[in-house]
Amino acid sequence: MSPRKGKATPAQYSTVVVLRLYVVGGAPNSIQAIANLEAICAEYLVDGHRLEVVDVLDNPRRAMAEGVLVTPSLAKLSPLPAAQVVGNLSDKKRVLLALGLKPHGK
Amino acid sequence: MSISRTSPQPLAKLRTGIEGFDYLSHGGLPQYRTSLLLGGPGAGKTVFALQCLVNAARERRTPGIFVAFEESASQIIANGNTFDWGLTGLTSRQLFIMDAHLSPSLIKAGDFDLVGMLAMLAAKKQEIGAQWIVFDGIDVLLTLLQDPSAEMRELYRLRDWLVDNALTAIVTAKTQSSASETPHYGFLQFMVDCVVRLERHQEDRISVQTLQITKYRGSGFASAEFPVSFGPSGIEVGATKAPDIGHKAPTQRLSAGFDRLDAMLGGGVFRGSSTLITGVPGTSKTTLAGKFIEAACQRGERSLFVSFDESAGQIMRNLSSVGIALKPHLKSGLLRMHSARTEGISAEEHLLRISALIRDHRTQCMVIDPLTAIAKGGALGAARTVANRLIYRVKDEEITLMVTALSETDGPGGEATDLQISTVADTWIHLSYLVRGGERNRALTIVKSRGTSHSNQVRELILSDAGPSLSDVYTAGGEVLMGTLRWEKEAEVKALQLRHRAESDHRRRELQFAEANTTAQIKALQLDLERQRAALALHSGEDTIHTASSNLRERELRKRRGADPSRTSARKLTNGVTK
Repeated sequence: MSPRKGKATPAQYSTVVVLRLYVVGGAPNSIQAIANLEAICAEYLVDGHRLEVVDVLDNPRRAMAEGVLVTPSLAKLSPLPAAQVVGNLSDKKRVLLALGLKPHGK
Repeated sequence: MSISRTSPQPLAKLRTGIEGFDYLSHGGLPQYRTSLLLGGPGAGKTVFALQCLVNAARERRTPGIFVAFEESASQIIANGNTFDWGLTGLTSRQLFIMDAHLSPSLIKAGDFDLVGMLAMLAAKKQEIGAQWIVFDGIDVLLTLLQDPSAEMRELYRLRDWLVDNALTAIVTAKTQSSASETPHYGFLQFMVDCVVRLERHQEDRISVQTLQITKYRGSGFASAEFPVSFGPSGIEVGATKAPDIGHKAPTQRLSAGFDRLDAMLGGGVFRGSSTLITGVPGTSKTTLAGKFIEAACQRGERSLFVSFDESAGQIMRNLSSVGIALKPHLKSGLLRMHSARTEGISAEEHLLRISALIRDHRTQCMVIDPLTAIAKGGALGAARTVANRLIYRVKDEEITLMVTALSETDGPGGEATDLQISTVADTWIHLSYLVRGGERNRALTIVKSRGTSHSNQVRELILSDAGPSLSDVYTAGGEVLMGTLRWEKEAEVKALQLRHRAESDHRRRELQFAEANTTAQIKALQLDLERQRAALALHSGEDTIHTASSNLRERELRKRRGADPSRTSARKLTNGVTK
């Protein structure tokens, strides 16, 4: 059990957020996903994050072993709870929700 | 291959190893193409698909990949282990199950595609050399896309990928009901080369499963709905061999149980034929069946006696009371008795169990008593097809079958059984009661017997310690006499015959006497005649001598007197004769 963060505070993580994005190089959805994620990171995870982008075409076995099904697919590995998001991450609200972040403003 | 004229290239097919389906589809699923399995929940899509892979891996050593969208890999394996496939014995190089079960916590944020998954699968395919691939529950994935155009796009992608990778694919998708199909199924059906529908519906209280091929590009197929059942070896499609009837027609005759019955049947029943015995309760259908089995065992044939709602012990006890001894054959292993309960068991299940027994025992002769019991669990329509399939299967294997059926109405008028098996059966024996003169007697009629000249007479079936036997019946004044009445009639006729014989003896003797008498008279008269003739001869002789002597004397006298000789001599002679 990890102490829950963020419900009360307009939560920004004080720790480093570890993310892994599985993409297929050159696929439109994947290119979009990378762009969308970078934007979100720049806006919300200024304190620090670690992002690894894995190209499934180059690492199919690893992707399979790590349980990837469709691409693009984002995994939040740390801090817990882990979360999994599929899609090109164009739905910013849902991405933030999945990552446990609160959207700025309204 | 000729150049001037291209001969039609038959579509390459891969056998699924599923009994029945390979017959229906004339060889299996199309190779390097995609087949779609559609059906409601629990219709057996996953089992069908997995079974194809298992069979391919086991029997033809062709590895396969199973992509499970609906269930986790462990669930698939657990379900597969309920069959005798030895699923856990297959390595992941023979059968790779990819857990594509989408977790409920998965959040979707925007459009996605299958490019990554297909890349992973391509790598796996390379690794194990897979030839088969199954996408089980593709609808789960498509639903997640939430966009018809994206669904279409991914299906196109899937199709192209399958073609590029030279894989034989099975895609399964759920249907709620045929009426409310979502549009992408229409596209799915267009995209694939073969569509198989698996349906499950309720008939009475029993669920009935069917399989139907609705599309097969470039190939003929049997398009009817065929029943499906689940056995220890997985799914079984109730299509018996080729859809046309190709039984051999052996000409060897087997005893139907006892001599008089064989005589009535023109020498017994044909090997591999099926005999139906109908009758109201208590007309000794089981006894006849038992006698048939006993005769089979005595010939040394492997026999199977299937009974319903009556234990084997009970049947053997009852049969032994009429001199039919099955116990020794049971002990020697020649005979197998199987008694089943009927309540709550569908006809399909019965068929499956009986089929397994037939295989296990390598049966040659078989009795099902009564066949009508399989309809007891409900679903008469299903029971009918099961009964037909059973008879056809048994025929295919050249097993001589005798089934009994309870008829509600007496008299073999029209169809006597709910199962409508009388048309399938080769021989139909009807047993009935005739009540007359305070007695209830059993009568046996042969309603039909294909390919034999059979007796059209009603016979009385008599049960004794020595077993069943048949007796001629008497028809007197248009009425059939049996039992005591027959006995009386027999005795009466016998007495009458005796009297007749005595009378005729007497008459003959009288005639003989008269004849002798007449002969004697003739003899006496003849003697008389001879005597008279003799007397006559004697008399005329004397006369001649007398005449001669008198002539001589006269001549002498004339000579002495010198008178005329002729006139007096002639007169005297005449006088002599007339005297």
